[in-house]
Amino acid sequence: MPKVKIPRKSTIVDMTAMCDVAFLLLTFFILATKQKPPEVLSVKTPTSVSSKAAPDKSILITLTKEGKVFLMLGDDTKKSAIIDDFNTTRGLQLTGPQLAKLKKTEFIGLPINKLRSALDATQEIPATAMDGIPTDSSNNELTFWMRSVTNAYKGSDMNKLQEMILVKGDGEALYPIFKNVKEAFKANEIFKFRIVTEGEQVPSGSELYKTGKEVKK
Amino acid sequence: MAEMDTSSGGGHKKGPGVKKGKKLSTRVDLTPMVDLGFLLITFFVFTTTMAQSTAMNMNEPKDDPEMQMKVKNSGAMTILLGRGNQVYYYFGQLLPETISQEFKSTTFKGIRQLILDKKNATPIDDLMYIIKSDDRSTFKNAIDILDEMVISAVPAGHYAEVPMVDVEKMLISETEKANGIK
Repeated sequence: MPKVKIPRKSTIVDMTAMCDVAFLLLTFFILATKQKPPEVLSVKTPTSVSSKAAPDKSILITLTKEGKVFLMLGDDTKKSAIIDDFNTTRGLQLTGPQLAKLKKTEFIGLPINKLRSALDATQEIPATAMDGIPTDSSNNELTFWMRSVTNAYKGSDMNKLQEMILVKGDGEALYPIFKNVKEAFKANEIFKFRIVTEGEQVPSGSELYKTGKEVKK
Repeated sequence: MAEMDTSSGGGHKKGPGVKKGKKLSTRVDLTPMVDLGFLLITFFVFTTTMAQSTAMNMNEPKDDPEMQMKVKNSGAMTILLGRGNQVYYYFGQLLPETISQEFKSTTFKGIRQLILDKKNATPIDDLMYIIKSDDRSTFKNAIDILDEMVISAVPAGHYAEVPMVDVEKMLISETEKANGIK
């Protein structure tokens, strides 16, 4: 009986196809992913030992290095109400399209007297060219903005608001600006807010380190 | 078909009719593993969120002139934040006779130990840190000093921010001049 020879197949598979697929996926994901929009306002926050995460949805007040103050209304459910309230309480008399445009903007960084012309302009003003919301003690417009914010959250939403007010400041911003922002809060009975910081290790050997307790303030 | 490999495991010598076992290659193809690796990398890169920034809670007191708190001189430490990350401090009250000895300067590195020493040396009920920020100090300074309070586990309500008075402003600018800080 003759030996039956089973032809042995090579175990080596051509890898080229697989490699192609892998890289195709890689390129697909890279191209399909929406990139995080570059931060319009570049701010380098100070560090703290706090370990609480900053909420995503927030009323964010940004202090830039130059001392400009910007307001971002991150809560879409109330944004419209806040801006409408501001329009009526400050007597701005903005038209429908102007209001719609203001509601669409990502952040507010203009004094009231420049708001209208900016809304009428066809070209958008870059953040770096904005003046910021005036906060000096003689003309603290942030107070008015915060009033509209508190108006929008009146009642049961007030506790929610306390969790949402965030101050994000550049480490190099001068203290008086921060003081002015606090004044604007105080004028609206906002006594609790949060400061956005970069996480930091608790220094070993410190009191906090020894107790090992969660940072509660 | 009828053949059988009768050689025992360690047998080296094989008879003339014995078939030699074909040696399989020990090389494993790593390509699929590499591919899987790439796939996982992409998966993780795109699903992981960047380190989220943290938030520090802040409670401001109500401005009420009737609610002024009296602080014992023995338990008070005033920390003043100046420009160029300088920290100045004094204990109790500044008296005209002893101003030059009482008003001292340090840095953010040095202040931690001072805060701790004061905390350990004072009964907790009397303890009060008064923080005053100069107009030339930065936001970072203000946050850092509050953070120092947390690091030294100073209980809430035992430190407060207070506006600076003219004497202190003057002292700071004099010290800055003397130390050459611009």
